[in-house]
Amino acid sequence: MWTFFHKLASPPHFYDLAAKFIPWFGVIGAACVAYGAIAGLFYAPADYQQGDAFRIIYVHVPSAYLSMMAYMIMAVSAAIGLIWRIKLSHAVAAAAAPLGAWFTFLALMTGSIWGRPMWGTWWEWGDPRLTSELLMLFLYFGYMALRAAIDDTTKADKASAVLALVGAVNIPIIHFSVEWWSSLHQGATLVREGGPAIETGMLYPLLAMIFGFTFIFGALLLGRVRTEVLFRERRANWVRKLVLPEGDHA
Amino acid sequence: MNQPTLNMPSLSSGFLSVVRRDVLLAWKRPGDVLNPLFFFAMVSTLFPLAVGPSSEELAFSGPGVVWVAALLAALLSLNSLFMSDFEDGSLDQLILSPQPLPMTALAKALAHWLITGLPLVLVSPLVAITFQMPAQTISVMMVTLTFGTVSLSLLGSIGAALTVGLHRGTALLSLLILPLAMPILIFGARTVSLAAADDAVSAGVYFLAAYCMLTLTLAPFATAAALRISNE
Amino acid sequence: MSEMLSMGNYGAYVWSSFGLTLIVLVVCVVQGRSRHKSVLKDVVVRIKAMESK
Repeated sequence: MWTFFHKLASPPHFYDLAAKFIPWFGVIGAACVAYGAIAGLFYAPADYQQGDAFRIIYVHVPSAYLSMMAYMIMAVSAAIGLIWRIKLSHAVAAAAAPLGAWFTFLALMTGSIWGRPMWGTWWEWGDPRLTSELLMLFLYFGYMALRAAIDDTTKADKASAVLALVGAVNIPIIHFSVEWWSSLHQGATLVREGGPAIETGMLYPLLAMIFGFTFIFGALLLGRVRTEVLFRERRANWVRKLVLPEGDHA
Repeated sequence: MNQPTLNMPSLSSGFLSVVRRDVLLAWKRPGDVLNPLFFFAMVSTLFPLAVGPSSEELAFSGPGVVWVAALLAALLSLNSLFMSDFEDGSLDQLILSPQPLPMTALAKALAHWLITGLPLVLVSPLVAITFQMPAQTISVMMVTLTFGTVSLSLLGSIGAALTVGLHRGTALLSLLILPLAMPILIFGARTVSLAAADDAVSAGVYFLAAYCMLTLTLAPFATAAALRISNE
Repeated sequence: MSEMLSMGNYGAYVWSSFGLTLIVLVVCVVQGRSRHKSVLKDVVVRIKAMESK
């Protein structure tokens, strides 16, 4: 069991293994998303309240879910990196942050586009989820800015790991306080996404989208971790062997 | 120091000596205390000038303005929390000293609050009066500001420890701390608004007190870890 | 067909959000690949320089 983890965490082994997984993740993800998008756009029945605008949730919900997921991955691997000093997990944290920021951006934009026909405005401060997502984006920016400001990779890993953990403790509190804040805001009654009971014809495409987005995210993450590993190990012997053809050794 | 156990100061005296040292240093450089206060007063002046002199609108926006100004003023002073210690090398001494580092971090944050947070709470009624705040609301505002500035000093000490020794530290520090400080701002400002509308304020005050306790217990450990990393 | 694309007058919103999602995903893929290539190139240049010494 432990030898498996140690082998997985060894950079050259991970570098090869990830390269094998990426195409599979990509294909599975693309297939699920293709099914989910076609079924969601054309075959799922229109919502009785929101009409066809509800179809935006097929891209909004997966991105919102991934924006949280990416932060969780980032914080957990940061913790593992701090506690057990596994370099690979710091590379995972570094790779997850920009992806998480992209999906948070996507969740914000699609949420805002959905809000325009539903609330009649591009931005509704009264909606706690949109506001939380915005703060989430700021958390990602802070994390990436701290990483970018420290030149030494080892130091940047540790410092940003502390920040990721402090952020992880704060996220539930931020969500709670934003909920409380918007609950005081009377007046605007918001249409809830999906309505009370979601039909199976609507649900299956959504599940396929969430599943597919997760696999695409996995492929993107593995790709970025490979880049990080390559950069961090640039002085290692296995990288030298990797980039130089056999006959080139002087 | 042949027998370090004999010479080691007790936990409380070490803690107090760090606090005393920082407060004395601030006493000798009054700018450190006064600048955030001036900043606080000036930012609060910006809003009436920008929004207009209508007293109804000012009474409505007062709690938010005071809280935003307090948050910015507290942030402004955070950058210097570990800066001078880092520059003259006394940070190394603090890290190497037999005192547990989280205790020292707590002392530094507390000293920071005494230097910047407490004066800000004491000055805030002056600003509040210009926003037509009634006396009852002002007392609620001072309570929320007390809990809020303590939390901010502690939360900010993590950010200050992470960015100590970096160029462009101030802007980075704000970027790191502002999103984390949102719950304080939300509960602080909204509770004062509720007080102004004669609504129940206990929920917000309890939350701020709970958040303050959370930062008191957890933040020193994060700050200590960050200081060790930054000072490697 | 055009009825299908109009999405009950919500077409602009639905299609723009799906289009934006596609763009972001493509940007993520392209960004990741180009970064990997540039890092690989740097590594090769560095190692070649070391070898030739």
